Parts: sequence; structure tokens; C-alpha cells
Amino acid sequence: MAKLTIDREACKGCGLCAEVCPKHLLALSREINAKGYHPIGIEDQESCIGCAFCARMCPDAVIKVEK
Amino acid sequence: MGQKMLMKGNEAIAEAAIQAGCRFFFGYPITPQNQIPEYMSKRLPKIEGGCFLQAESEVAAINMVYGAAGAGARVMTSSSSPGISLKQEGISYIVGAELPCVIVNMVRGGPGLGSIQPAQSDYYQSTRGGGHGDYRMLVLAPSSVQEAVELTQEAFDLADKYRNPVLIMGDGLIGQMMEPVEMPEHKDRTDLPPKTWAATGWKPGCGRDRAVINSLYIDPSVLEKHVNHLYEKYAVMEQTECRWQEEMTEDADYVIVAYGTTARIARSAMRKLRAEGIKTGLIRPITLWPFPAAPIAKAAEHAKAFLTVEMSMGQMVDDVKLAVDGKKPVHFFGRTGGIVPTVREIITQVENLAKEGK
Amino acid sequence: MAVVYEKTKLLTDKPLHYCPGCTHGIIHRLVAESIDELGVQEKTIGIAPVGCAVFAYDYFNCDMMEAAHGRAPAVATGCKRVNPDNIVFTYQGDGDLASIGAAEITHAATRGENITVIFVNNAIYGMTGGQMAPTTLPGQVTTTSPYGRDPKLCGYPIRVSEMLATLDGPAYIARVSVHDVKHIMEAKKCIRKAFETQINKKGFSLIEVLSACPTNWGMTPQEALKWLEANMIPQYPLGVKKEVE
Repeated sequence: MAKLTIDREACKGCGLCAEVCPKHLLALSREINAKGYHPIGIEDQESCIGCAFCARMCPDAVIKVEK
Repeated sequence: MGQKMLMKGNEAIAEAAIQAGCRFFFGYPITPQNQIPEYMSKRLPKIEGGCFLQAESEVAAINMVYGAAGAGARVMTSSSSPGISLKQEGISYIVGAELPCVIVNMVRGGPGLGSIQPAQSDYYQSTRGGGHGDYRMLVLAPSSVQEAVELTQEAFDLADKYRNPVLIMGDGLIGQMMEPVEMPEHKDRTDLPPKTWAATGWKPGCGRDRAVINSLYIDPSVLEKHVNHLYEKYAVMEQTECRWQEEMTEDADYVIVAYGTTARIARSAMRKLRAEGIKTGLIRPITLWPFPAAPIAKAAEHAKAFLTVEMSMGQMVDDVKLAVDGKKPVHFFGRTGGIVPTVREIITQVENLAKEGK
Repeated sequence: MAVVYEKTKLLTDKPLHYCPGCTHGIIHRLVAESIDELGVQEKTIGIAPVGCAVFAYDYFNCDMMEAAHGRAPAVATGCKRVNPDNIVFTYQGDGDLASIGAAEITHAATRGENITVIFVNNAIYGMTGGQMAPTTLPGQVTTTSPYGRDPKLCGYPIRVSEMLATLDGPAYIARVSVHDVKHIMEAKKCIRKAFETQINKKGFSLIEVLSACPTNWGMTPQEALKWLEANMIPQYPLGVKKEVE
């Protein structure tokens, strides 16, 4: 199992990470952050394989991946 | 003082810069200052750590100066009027980023390509900033090769002291003329602040803050604060760096105000006028900015009139008028386009004033 | 648990000001990671441009200088000549490097100036609001080519990497893209290699990075990356353009 830590306040909700997730685990949240964006969230943490594609794609370096 | 040598103004300035610890020169050919880069290209590669680079343009040269000054080096560039116009972008950034450097302008006739003969028509550009934004530069105007040497050496200290560019404003004559020169031994000043702000490489805990050489202050209130800080420096410069030479002004009815090459011609005219019995004096600004308003204001108390002589259509005359503040008439005589005024012409001007009782 | 991936310490904590989905952030990260991995933070001086990356001096956690528009290679030259052991890089956009700074980049390259240039090509002026760049594609609509760039009127886009690769001075020139993870990994390799080129004193290195500008292209971030792949890569072929062993 892998763990994603998302800096939700730094996220701008561009969704590029969701595009590249091979497991399609990432989606924009319903709530908004202080900047007014819908930050990305992971629904099913259990299924994450820790490939870090999301983190490598993220333009704002908001994702930390541990495995 | 070393031994006396016969040197061309441009070469003497280059050597003086090297003596003052300048190890980096970035320039571009333009007449009548070519002997400065040529001299530097000969000398600097032979000195350890020295670097001469001919840039692809005046614009690139001044931005190389920005980079070298930002890295903490003593650095110089030189040019002549059209090239100085091109450098204005970089000069403004250098001022904004508070970097020290020395810039030499061997002024030639303008506007446009103008001529390659001596002129003083860059006075406004030099003393009012030149580039965009609120700023000033110390402007030093030598009237002999010896003085050019001394002012060049000092220019580096002044630049470091204030973290502001210093402009040496000569003209084609100062640059091309050969005169006997003694190269003073330059003493490193110990009172200059260390360049802890320079970008030389940083890591956390290295003992200083991360260096950011920058002139961008996007928040207007922060920029206003920054510009106010610059003007606090300028206020100190006005208090402490103003220089001039006064000759026979105490009893003068007519005071000639002239700088650089023109002041030498005016001095000859003054002596001849004295011999004729017309009490004439001379005030020669050495710093064009800050402008020596005080001695002019003082002379206005007793003099009948002022005559400003320039190799331009009249630029410094505005500052003379501001200094005289309407107390006495301020007249102007100038030649432009690369024409140097003659002693005879100046004498005639003052004689006419005396005749008319002005 | 071991860290697989986290933000490099060569980026400061300051949040990037770039628009959502702008790939400047990815390129910043690749540059910062390269400096970190090569262990040259304390020797590195970055030169920021004018354009969207103007605030780069706030993001790279090393000494920085901010240059006038297009002049970064000249500033880098002055800096590098003073301290040749510093690792000096410029980070420039296409308006900055290929238009107003065309002279500075060409001459820094031909001098073989031992610096590294990160050239971000997104085919548009971003910071000023989406005007036509020297790299704007024929037919591309911008705020100053509202009917599409007409080569008859304003010429053709410049292929900077190929042009500079004709010079004898440069040691390493490559064009990369950041439109997907595979290309991001490849871009990282090239950027790192460019810095190694400088560390090994081989001379001038430049990495042109094709980058997306969703805001000024008028697209979603996802559409922008697809547009980049479909339209920019044919105009700007990827690959190493020059490499001196």
C-alpha cells in the first residue's frame, strides 16, 4: 500500500494528476480551498500503487508519495 | 604617486580603473572611446582574474555589467552618446537593484548618430537619470586627463559606498587628448561595506540570507519604500559628494559656469578678461549630479551676471538658473554638434555683458 | 514507509503564482531537482527572466538575479565570468529568449559561455496576456494575431534549438516536452545532463522545453497538453540537437 499526502491549500485543481493516474483514483473535491480551487483528493487510498505519476505531473508540487 | 607618463585620456581612464581594482570590463566599439576597450583587452587578460569581453551590443554589455556587479565584482563599461542611450535600460535596472559599477561616457555630438566630435549634449541624460524611473547617478566630469584618472579611481569607491552606478562624463577631447599623467597608487578603502548582498552561491545556514539581485517590487507600497530608500542615499550624496572648483569668484562681476573641456577654455577666457579689467570668475562643477548649487548661489549675492558655457544648446544652464534662483541674470553661450567654443567667443560674450552693463 | 516522491528542497515554500495547469511549475521542479541531485545548490546562481517566470527568484532556493527582458544570457555571462566555479543557469520564455533577447542568447551560445539555459517555449506571451510570440504557430490565434498568425505578414516561428545547434559554441542542446509523465522523465534527464555539461566545463547548454499555457491558449489544462502534443511537436521536433562529447 502507498500513501499520498496532498497539500490541499497549495493545489489549484488543474486535474492533470487525475489524468495520469493509472488507477483513476484521483478526483477534484467538492469543497473549495482558501484560494478558491477545488483541490484534488484521493478516494481510495488503499488501491494506490505509489507510482508517483501524479506527483511528477503536478505543476505545483503538492503531492508527496510514500510507499 | 608613480612616474609621470604621457597618456591619452581614454587609456589613462582604463589604467586608472585597473589600478582601482576593476578586473571586469564589458564594452562595445564606438568612437571616440575605443581606446578604453582596446586598452582593457590588452591589459585585463594579463592580470589574474581579469576578464575583458567585447559584447554583442551596448545593451548586452551593460547587462553583463549587471551580472558581474551582482556577483560582487568591480566592473566597468564605457561608451559614447548613442551607445550610452542603448545602455539606459541596463543602467536603470542596475540602479533599481542597487549594484555598484562605473560607466564612462565620452560624449559626442547628437542627436542621432550626430558626429564623433566632442560635445556636452548628454547633460540632461546623465544628470536626470537617463533611463526610466526615479533615480540619480553620481556624475563626475573631469577637465583634464589627470583629473580623469583620479575621478575614475574614486568612482569605484563611490559606487561601492552607495551601491549605485557612477558615471564619468567626459567628451571626445578628454578621451582623445594626451597629457602628462601621474597614476596615483590606489589604496583600498577599509570603510566600504562588505558585499554580503552579492550572489556568489548560498545554502541554508551559510551565514547570510539568500541573495536576490532584483529591481522588481510589484507591490506599489513596497516599490515606493524602495524608491524612498534610494532617495535617502541621494540625499546623503548631495550632502557629502558635491564637488566644484572656484577661481576668482570672490570679487567677480561676471561668473562663468562651465565644466569639462569647456571649463579649460573658459579659464583662458577668464584670465584674458581679468587682464582687460573685467572682473571675471569661474565656477567649474566637478560633480554634475549632485550639482554644486551652493557656490553659485553664494556668487549670486555679489556678481552682476552669470554666463554658462557648454558644448550644447544649453542644458546645465537650467541648473545654474535654479541655483541663482532669479537673483541675477543667467546668460548662455554654447556651440554644439561637435564644435568646441573658442576663447575669443567667450571673451566676446562677457565683454558684451560688461558693455551693456548687464 | 519510504518517500517515493516529494517536493525538492531546492524549491522554496512560496506557492507558485502560475495559472492552474501551467507547466512552468513542472519545469521549475525538474530544474530544482537536478540542482539538488547534483549537489550544487551552494554554487548555483539562477537568472530569472521577464515574463511569466519573472518571480522565479522567489521559487528557486539558491542565489538569484532578475534580468531585464531578454538579457538573462548577458547577465549570466557577467556573473559566470566573475565566478567561473559557480553554476549559472537562466530560465527564459520564448518572448524573452527568441524575440527581444535573440541577440543575447545567440552570442552567449556562440561564445560557448559555460552556462545552462532553460528555454520554455509555450508559443505565446503569457504574462502580458497572450500576445503573439516568435514561436507562435502559423494560424495560431493570439491577442495580437486575432485572425491567426499569418506568416506572410509576420513571418514564421523560430526553431531556436535547431538554429543555435548550427553554431560551433554550444556543447549540448535538446528539445523536450512536459505533456505527459514519460516526456517529463525524459525532460528531467536532459535538464540534468545540461547541468552536468556545465559542471564538467564543456560549455554552453540549452534545453528547450515545450510547455502549455492553458489560460492564454483558451483551453482546459487537459486540452492544452493534447494541443501541445498534436500541434507543437510537429513544428518543434523533440530530441537532442547538438551534443559535443
